[in-house]
Amino acid sequence: MRKEYRTITEIAGPLVFLEKTEHVGYGEIVDITLSDGSRKRGQVLDTSKDMVVVQVFEGTDGIDRNSTVKFLGETVKLGVSPDIIGRILSGAGQPLDGGPPIIPKEKKEIIVGAINPYAREKPKEFIQTGISTIDGMFTLVRGQKLPIFSGSGLPHNDIALQIAKNAKVLAEVEEFAVVFAAMGITNEEAQHFMREFERTGAIKKSVVFLNLANDPTIERLITPKMALTAAEYLAFDLDMHVLIILTDITNYCEALRQIGAAREEVPGRRGYPGYMYTDLATMYERAGRIKGRKGTITQIPILSMPDDDITHPIPDLSAYITEGQIIVSRDLHRQGIYPPIDISGSLSRLMDSGIGKGMTREDHKAVSDQCYAVYANGKDLRSLVSIIGKEALSEADRKYLDFADGFEDKVVRQGYEDDRPIEETLGICWDLLSHIPEASLTKIDNKIINAYHPAHKKPSKL
Amino acid sequence: MSEEKGTGEIFRVAGPVVTVTGIEPRMFDVVFVGEEKLMGEVIQIIGEKSIIQVYEDTSGIRPGEPVTDTGEPLTAELGPGLLTSIYDGIQRPLEVLQEKMGDIIERGVNVPGLDHEKIWTFNPTANVGDEVSPNSIIGWVQESKNIKHYIMVPPGISGTITDIKGGDFNIDEIIATLDGGDKLKMYHNWPVRNPRPIVEKLAPDIPLITGQRVLDTFFPIAKGGTAAIPGGFGTGKTVTEHQLAKWSDADMVVYVGCGERGNEMADVLKEFPELEDPQTGAPLMDRTILIANTSNMPVAAREASVYTGITMAEYYRDMGYDIALMADSTSRWAEAMREISSRLEEMPGEEGYPAYLSSKLSAFYERAGRVSGLNGKEGSVSVIGAVSPQGGDFSEPVTQATLRIVKVFWALDTKLRERRHFPAVNWLNSYSLYSQSLDPWFSENVDKDWSSKVKWAMGVLQKEAELQEIVQLVGADALPDDQRVLLEVARMLREYFLQQNAFHDVDTFCKPSRQENLIDCIKKFNDDSMDLLSVGVPITKIMSMKSKDDLAKVKYEPEFDAELKKVMDCMMGECTDMRGEAEPSSKVEKLKEVNQ
Repeated sequence: MRKEYRTITEIAGPLVFLEKTEHVGYGEIVDITLSDGSRKRGQVLDTSKDMVVVQVFEGTDGIDRNSTVKFLGETVKLGVSPDIIGRILSGAGQPLDGGPPIIPKEKKEIIVGAINPYAREKPKEFIQTGISTIDGMFTLVRGQKLPIFSGSGLPHNDIALQIAKNAKVLAEVEEFAVVFAAMGITNEEAQHFMREFERTGAIKKSVVFLNLANDPTIERLITPKMALTAAEYLAFDLDMHVLIILTDITNYCEALRQIGAAREEVPGRRGYPGYMYTDLATMYERAGRIKGRKGTITQIPILSMPDDDITHPIPDLSAYITEGQIIVSRDLHRQGIYPPIDISGSLSRLMDSGIGKGMTREDHKAVSDQCYAVYANGKDLRSLVSIIGKEALSEADRKYLDFADGFEDKVVRQGYEDDRPIEETLGICWDLLSHIPEASLTKIDNKIINAYHPAHKKPSKL
Repeated sequence: MSEEKGTGEIFRVAGPVVTVTGIEPRMFDVVFVGEEKLMGEVIQIIGEKSIIQVYEDTSGIRPGEPVTDTGEPLTAELGPGLLTSIYDGIQRPLEVLQEKMGDIIERGVNVPGLDHEKIWTFNPTANVGDEVSPNSIIGWVQESKNIKHYIMVPPGISGTITDIKGGDFNIDEIIATLDGGDKLKMYHNWPVRNPRPIVEKLAPDIPLITGQRVLDTFFPIAKGGTAAIPGGFGTGKTVTEHQLAKWSDADMVVYVGCGERGNEMADVLKEFPELEDPQTGAPLMDRTILIANTSNMPVAAREASVYTGITMAEYYRDMGYDIALMADSTSRWAEAMREISSRLEEMPGEEGYPAYLSSKLSAFYERAGRVSGLNGKEGSVSVIGAVSPQGGDFSEPVTQATLRIVKVFWALDTKLRERRHFPAVNWLNSYSLYSQSLDPWFSENVDKDWSSKVKWAMGVLQKEAELQEIVQLVGADALPDDQRVLLEVARMLREYFLQQNAFHDVDTFCKPSRQENLIDCIKKFNDDSMDLLSVGVPITKIMSMKSKDDLAKVKYEPEFDAELKKVMDCMMGECTDMRGEAEPSSKVEKLKEVNQ
């Protein structure tokens, strides 16, 4: 039997300080029994011979100096078994769906060491999301971590759902298993996700962790780690291909800041702790492939940028870790374009390894580079048009301008249910590019122009 | 690290920072913490308490567990077998770690940096009776197909050789003995935080050729020089670092992936063994040492990783080689310092970074240089550090502290990235302080008018930037003809010359002579156009020259030189034709001139 202590000296915010304990391990789980008999869980943040600091997941309300504290001698673990598939769990891994408790086959540490870079396999299988902008311009590959940067009021949830619904690897029948971790999102948003999962049948192949807006803040710190542990179990023990959606990372970081402030740590930028980069990295880096293992983990974290500011520490640090970002644009959203994905700012770093001959099509890279360049040019001209008027533009410039408009209307805009194959996406791009003088297509080499440019493809030309 | 200097016990654990009592270490001694013997380093001593940064995760570690002091600082094992290796930040070979503990890096496993069993053939070059001192070369082993690894006398040892033998040995066997009784092996240890000694630094007057047009032509770095690549996320820092690692004409490359992405390292690990070294044709990996301490690996090891890297670079420099060290990214290194400093509750400087940030950075970059060594050999270490400024804002402390030290600044630009101009090196903000000292080399080895051509091209690009403001207001068509030609020439420079596709088989590397030819051709277009304008050829005609558009794709052609010549010939033909058509009017003008 483990000893119980009644030696709490200080309670501050989410932290409880104790003295005169046995030697407690760093990161150990703690059971706190309140005077009224209810129990809370926490974790050791700092341990020394004089003093132990515990962060309480469920908040410190109701804890008094008479509460008893028990150290469990182990770090936080998640019990896993194949039965977790199809279940809805709380942010701390307890069943919420009224189903039977999960009998674990194995208990896994939720904080694990880094994947040895030497053991990693390079991600390179193209995931077709059915969204033209993503497939064509910033391709997602299996094992990538590609966040959605959004703002309040923008349809990032629908984009994530559309990806989860359509995601497939060409030439493979197996669907992705979805692990969904909600951190501090509203009940309404969570309902929306759950309804869609049920409608599409995805729920049968998913594991859901819910920490909602009114759930304990500190619990949010372990929710994504629980979800990642479940994802790793599905991927590396059960050989499944996993898509994990983490939303909303901003709420996670707020919780991190709250702990930092309570511990009176020296703050970094905007009050977020100096170790936030490392902390986020230990989550994001849990995506990927491992040599010799069949399963993979593809991560789609969603984060809302405070005030749409991409230089805010949360999106900024995230983008330095993740392999690109999909930015949701308020401008496009206002114009009524769905999915309002910002072309200039978004990026996929692993795109080049997943596209081209044998994977998508040999012209993919050149087409996407060319579209970017022409679109950027066209967008620049818009500001000029507002000064001198469209009539004053040269013939060539007007074509660029039309391209930008056409691109937003034909390539970016598509329906929520519209699942476009990559061939179709590239086809639309070529149609638009064919209005630009051929000599200006400097990013496409002649071989590809001859093979794919509508003007050179004889039969389709009228 | 075998002898123990003392044992004590843990007093406090707070993340990677552990407080220990009962040992009396020196600063930066290596200690082993806890039952699992996690490796750590002493970073502060307060009375009887020693503060230790631990290189591994400390979950579950308790106060009261034992701690042993090795009495030695963090060292790197230097000897044959370094090349082609892949290490973490404290020189543990990742391959061996995977064999020992699987796909996830567990803790408490200590493995030597070098393979102590592997047999190397030692070829002595020194003889019995030779006087030797630190760094004297006594022989060599063939480390990879094209690289001889010279065996040097370890630091602090000198005397007369009484015995030396060639043959097959592992690195623990004795290959030579000195009169003082010192027994020499093929490897030795060196404390990573101390620079290896040299005689003097030499002038930076040889360029490190990178094959990247914008870098070699406009902002060259010297062998032994220092460069910084700052840029917001997605601007191509890592791609640029990879390009340099692949194509620069150094003898060896040390690539430090410091706090970056695991998948990116996987990419390097897959790609490098498959790529060929453009100079020797051997696999690129043969000349490369990789240090991969990804962002989720322990932060203290990340702090140590750049020192481990540069120590290895200096070791090969002492053999007389030219080394290029890439550090991606130094911002992550600085953040590791910040993280540890904040755990120590030190008074922070700017933006929470420790006050000693700048001095640590400069001490690191100062270890670069082209030097003449203790053994008379000349070698160099060039350091190219990526910087990841927060929010892409170059005014932040790490970028600013770096800029005060480095001589070359390759500014990556988010605006350029958004229009897919790669490499996104901003030609107006970037600079190289080596340009002048490297000019003689370029005029001797590439073209005697090199510097004037480069100045011309830069001049065009600068004028374009000025004109752009007007164009923004009134449109390009409102400009006079000569300015429209200038805009066109600038566009050609940007698109045909500055832009370079790292993923295109041919375009990924462009040797200096080709860089010069391309500029020549664009300049010829410029001169011809101005000439044609002056004889009254309308600008629309000049703008629709076919050869001008053909030039766009020359950089992608495997037969670059032949294609370029074709385009040049075509351009000459077109110009002659246009001039011919305009001739009657110009004849009239000439007549006028004569009459006057």
